Amino acid sequence: MTEIVATNQTILVVGGGISGMTAALEAAECGKQVVLVEKEASLGGRVSQLYRYFPKLCHPTCGLEINLRRLKSNPRIRVVTLAEVTGLTGKAGDYTATVRVSPRYVNENCTACGACGDAVSSEVANTFNYSLNKSKAAYLPHAMAFPQRYVLDPSIIGTAEAEKAKAACKYDAVDLGMQEETLSLKVGAVVWATGWKPYDANRIQPYGYDRFANVITSVEFERLADPHGPTGGKLLRPSDGKEAKNVAFIQCAGSRDENHLRHCSRICCMASLKQTNYVREKGGENARSTVYYIDIRAIDRFEDFYQKVLADPQVKFVKSKVAKIVEDAKTGDVVLHGVDTEGYHRYANAHDLCVLAVGMEPSVKGMDIPAEIIADSSGFLEINSATAGVFGAGCATNALDVNRAVQGATAAALRAIQVVNRVARAEG
Amino acid sequence: MAEEKKVAAYICQGCGIGERLDTANLAKVAQKEGRVNLVREHAILCNAEGVKMIRDDIANEGVTHVAVVACSRRAKTEAFSFPEVALARANIREGVIWVRPDTDEARETTQEMADDYVRMVCAELKAMKLPAGNPDAGHSRTLLVVGGGVSGMTSALAASQAGYSVVLVEKTGQLGGWAANLHKRMPAHEPFKDPQDTGVSDMIEAIAAASDIKVYLNATVAQTSGAPGRFKVSIATESGATTEEDIGAIVQATGFSLYDASKLSDLGVGSSANVVDQAGLEKLAKAAAAANAPIRRPSDGAPVKNVVFVQCAGQRDASGTHLPYCSGHCCNTSIKQAMYFKDANPEIDTTVIFTDLRTPGNGEDFYRSAQRKEVTFTKGRVSRVEATGNTCKVNFHDLILDDQNASIADVDLVVLATGQVPNSGVNIDLPAEAGADEEGQKVVSILNLSYRQGKDLPQLKWGFTDSHFICFPYETRRTGIYACGPVRRPMDIVQAMEDATGATMKAIQAIENAALGRAAHPRAGDLSFPRVRIEGCTQCKRCTVECPFGAIDEDEKRYPVFNEGRCRRCGTCMGACPVRVISFENYSVDTVGQQIKAVDVPDEFSEKPRILLLACENDAYPALDMAALNRIQSSAFVRAVPVRCLGSVNTIWVTDALNSGYDGVMLMGCKHGDDYQCHFVKGSELATYRMSKIDDTLKQLGLEPERVATYEVAITDIERVPQLINDYAAKIEEIGLSPMKGF
Repeated sequence: MTEIVATNQTILVVGGGISGMTAALEAAECGKQVVLVEKEASLGGRVSQLYRYFPKLCHPTCGLEINLRRLKSNPRIRVVTLAEVTGLTGKAGDYTATVRVSPRYVNENCTACGACGDAVSSEVANTFNYSLNKSKAAYLPHAMAFPQRYVLDPSIIGTAEAEKAKAACKYDAVDLGMQEETLSLKVGAVVWATGWKPYDANRIQPYGYDRFANVITSVEFERLADPHGPTGGKLLRPSDGKEAKNVAFIQCAGSRDENHLRHCSRICCMASLKQTNYVREKGGENARSTVYYIDIRAIDRFEDFYQKVLADPQVKFVKSKVAKIVEDAKTGDVVLHGVDTEGYHRYANAHDLCVLAVGMEPSVKGMDIPAEIIADSSGFLEINSATAGVFGAGCATNALDVNRAVQGATAAALRAIQVVNRVARAEG
Repeated sequence: MAEEKKVAAYICQGCGIGERLDTANLAKVAQKEGRVNLVREHAILCNAEGVKMIRDDIANEGVTHVAVVACSRRAKTEAFSFPEVALARANIREGVIWVRPDTDEARETTQEMADDYVRMVCAELKAMKLPAGNPDAGHSRTLLVVGGGVSGMTSALAASQAGYSVVLVEKTGQLGGWAANLHKRMPAHEPFKDPQDTGVSDMIEAIAAASDIKVYLNATVAQTSGAPGRFKVSIATESGATTEEDIGAIVQATGFSLYDASKLSDLGVGSSANVVDQAGLEKLAKAAAAANAPIRRPSDGAPVKNVVFVQCAGQRDASGTHLPYCSGHCCNTSIKQAMYFKDANPEIDTTVIFTDLRTPGNGEDFYRSAQRKEVTFTKGRVSRVEATGNTCKVNFHDLILDDQNASIADVDLVVLATGQVPNSGVNIDLPAEAGADEEGQKVVSILNLSYRQGKDLPQLKWGFTDSHFICFPYETRRTGIYACGPVRRPMDIVQAMEDATGATMKAIQAIENAALGRAAHPRAGDLSFPRVRIEGCTQCKRCTVECPFGAIDEDEKRYPVFNEGRCRRCGTCMGACPVRVISFENYSVDTVGQQIKAVDVPDEFSEKPRILLLACENDAYPALDMAALNRIQSSAFVRAVPVRCLGSVNTIWVTDALNSGYDGVMLMGCKHGDDYQCHFVKGSELATYRMSKIDDTLKQLGLEPERVATYEVAITDIERVPQLINDYAAKIEEIGLSPMKGF
C-alpha cells in the first residue's frame, strides 16, 4: 500500500509537468508539505519531450535536471506517479482528494539496471516519442525519468513475458500482483496543473494527417530532432526515412479557428521559428523551411528571434492559410495548395515534409474534473477564486509558453500557501 | 560532543558491479589506501536492508562520514539520504561498468577505474565537513515592494494574505500607477467581448484596509544594504526625512514609461494635436466618460467620427532608431480602444493598421468581438501621417493589395500604439561615469543597493531586468530581490498580476530560506557557504568582481566581505582565488584537490594515461550518465569529477594534476555567449578564460598546450560527450604520455 501522510496544511499538486513541478517545489522550498500527483509513469510532462526551447535554443532537460535535483533533495514533496485525482470534496482548508493509482508492476527496489528490459521481447508503442517508434514492454519511460524506475506495460501482465521480466530481476522489484489502489488524502489547498494536449490533427481534414505519412505534428517533429528520439536526432521523414531538407510549417493548425480551437495557442509561431533552426542545424546549407502563417506572433521580447529567422535566406514566409494538402504518390512528397494573400498568388508547393503547428488544448477538456474547478468554454481553468482553495496553473489555465507557465505556477503556489497559512493560523 | 571523524565506505555489488568488478579489492583499497574506519560490502546497497545497515552504523557506530560506492549521485538519491552525516558518492555503475566493455581484455583497466574512484571518494570525504548553515542568518519577515502600480499592489496584497507584513514605497502621491490612468482594461474573463473596469480603486481600498501593509507615498529608496532576511532599507520621503526599515526580501515593481512619441514626427506627432499615443487616448476617453459625452478630437473638440490606430509605432523597429521589441499588449489595447468608439456609436469608422496582429490565447475572442463590432483591420505599414487642418491623412503600404500608396483621409484622430520602456534604474554594466540616458538625463537608481557591483538589478536586454532562464523566470542575479511586471518584460495587466504574485512567492521563500541559513535556487536548501581564511587574502578583488550574484562587498581595508545570504554557492569565488583561501565545508579546494591526488597514476612505461575530467554537475555530468545509460563506451583512462560549476574550478587543480603526472585535463561546462546556459551566469566562460591563461604554466612545465582542453557541452550531448572523451584520449596517445610522471 502506498502510505502518504497528508493534513489540511498539505498542498496537493495535480500534474507533474513543468508547471506542477514548479508549484510543488516552490511551495516545498517555502517549508510546506506537498503531494505531487502525476498520471504518467514519470515527471517532466510535455517540455521533457522538447528538443530545444525558444528563444535561447537551450535544452529543456537542463531545467528538468535542476528541478529533479531540487525534488530529490526535498523530503517535503511526496511524488505519486501513474496516479489521477478522481474526486475532490470539502472546502478550502479542508479537502479530501481521491486518487487512483495504477499499478506499475515494479516497486521501489528497482535500480534501473535494465535486466527486465533485456529479458522481454514484446514491444509497445513508445508514447514518450508520440508512438513514432516502439519500446520494450518493460521500459524506462525516458533517459531522465523520475522516478528512475522501470514500468511493465499492462498488456504483458498475465503472459510469459511478464514472468520473464520477473525472473530477470535480481532485486525483487517486479511485482506482478500489484493492484490498482485508491488513496484518500486530506489536503488544505490544490494546484491543478494538468497541462495541455496537442490538438487532434486528424480533425483538420484538408491537411491529411491521417492519410499522408509525411504530414506530422510539431510535437512529433521535436522528437525527430532530439538525440533521444526515434531517429537519433535526424530529421528522417516517416514515409521512406529520407532526410527532410525542404520542410513546410503550417501555422494555426487547429488554432484561431471556430471549427476547432477558438483561441490562439501562443507558442506555435515561436515553436515553428525555432524548428526552422532545427532544419538548418541538421540539414546544412541546402535545407529550406517555408512558414505558412496568418500573423507571426513573436510576442514581446521574442521579436528579435523572428527578425533573425526573417533575415535567414533559407527560410521563406508565406502569408496564407493553406487550403489543402495532396500527396505525390510517386515521391511521397506533400504538395501544399493555397493562395498567398500578400498579392493574391495561387501556389502549389511541394515539400519533403509538412509540420502542422498544432494547437494547445487544455488537458482537462473532456476529463471528469471536480466541480470545485471552474473551466471556461475552451476548457481553460480559472487561476484564482475568492472562496475556493483550488487554483489553476500553467497551460491548464491558458495557452502559455514555458516561461509564463512557470510564472503562473509560482503564483499558484503562493495562492495555495495563503490557504494553508490561514489554516495554520486558525489552528494556532 | 567531541568532533570525532569516523569514515565508513559502503560498496554495492548490485546492478552487475559484483560480477564485473572485484569488490573485495575495492574494499581493500578503501581500507588500505583510503584509510577509512569501516568498510562494508552489500549485495544491493540501495534496498531497505542496505540502507538500514548504513543507518545503523551512523546510529550505533558513530559514523560521521559516509562513502557510498555504487551508482551515480543522480540515482537513488532519496535512498542514500543521510542529512546528519557528510556524504560522498563514488560512481562505479554509470561511471565505470556501464561505459566499459565486458571483456577479458578490458577487465584490468575497468577495475583500475573503479579502484581509483574508491580512492577518490575516500580522499574527498576526509576533506569534507557537514555544512552547518549560514551563521549570519537574518530573520526579518517583512517584504519591501517598490512601486505602487498594479504589479506592486498585487504583490503587497498577496504577501499580506499569506501572513507577511509589507512596506510599499511609491514615488508619486498616489497608488495605482499607469492602470489608474486607464478608462477601462481588456477583459480578463470569458466572454472576452467587452472592455472591463480596471479594478484599481478596489485594490487601493484593499491596501488601505490591510493593517500589515505600510504605505510610503512620495517616497523613494535611498539606500538598500544587507542581505535576504536582514536588508536595511532607508526610505526617503518628500519632506526630506528618511526612515529605516528592516526588510526580509524585495519585490521591484517599478513598471514602465511611455516611449517618447515626439521621436515619431513621421507619424504626425508634433504637427497635429489629433495624433495621440494610447495613453493620450485613455485620457480623452476618461474625460469623455466623465462628461458623459463622445470622445472629441483635441484640435477643436469636434466628436471623432473616423479614427485610425497605428500599430507598432516606434516598435519592432529593425533599423535601430526606435524600440526593437514588441510590447505585447498593444494589439489588444488598440482593439479595446476601438471598442470605446464602436460601443458608443457604431457609425464611427475605426481602422487598425497592423503588420502582425498579436492577440494570444483568449485575446483571439476579443479580436473576434471587435470584428463583429465592425472594427476594420488592415494589414499594412504606415509610412506617414499628414496633418491638414483638423484632420489627418494616413499613408500606408497595403500589404494585402501590395499597394504602396494606400491612404485613409479625413481622419479625426490617429492613435499610435507606442511601446513600454522599463523603469529599471541604473544600468550597472555601463561605466559608472555614464549614468545618463541618451537624452543626457541623469538616470536615477531605484534600489540604491550598497553592493560593490552596482546600485540596481542587472539588466538583461533593452533595459529589462528579466531573468535569463526560460524554466526559471525568477532566477534573479541578486538573491532576495525579484522584479515583476513591465520592468522585466513588456506585458499587460493580467500578466503583470500573475507575475507579481509569482515574484511575491519567491520573495517569501527567500525570507524563509534566509532565516534557516539556506541557499536559494538553484542550489536550494544547500547549507554550505563560502568560508574565507582572510589572513591569507591578498586583496586582489577577483572574488568581488567575478561573483555573479554581487554577494561580496569590500570593507574599509579592502578585504572582501561575504554576505552569505546573497550567495548562491556556485563557487565562482573559490575558482577565482589565486591564493586559495575560499572554500565551502562540503566542496573545497581540498575536497577536489585530494581526489585528484588520490588517483593512482601509472608510470610512463605503462601505456596507461590518466585524464582528469572536470564536469559541470548540471549538464556535462548528467550527459555522461545518460550516455552510460545507453551503454555508450568511453575511455578507461578518464577520471571524472563533478563540479558545481566550471567557474568553481581553481587552476591549482589543473596544475596539480599535470604536476603529478596526469596526461591531460578536460573541462566540460555549459554554453557561453549571449544565449549562455550556465545557471551561474558566466562560470563556464570564466573557466575558458582562466584556462587560456594557463598556457604559460604549461610552457614552464615543458608541456603541450593540448594537455588542457575546455569544451562547451549540453545535457543532450549523449553521443558527443563520450566522443569528445575518446577523441581526447586518442589525441593524448598521439602526443604521448606526460614527461611529468614520477616526479
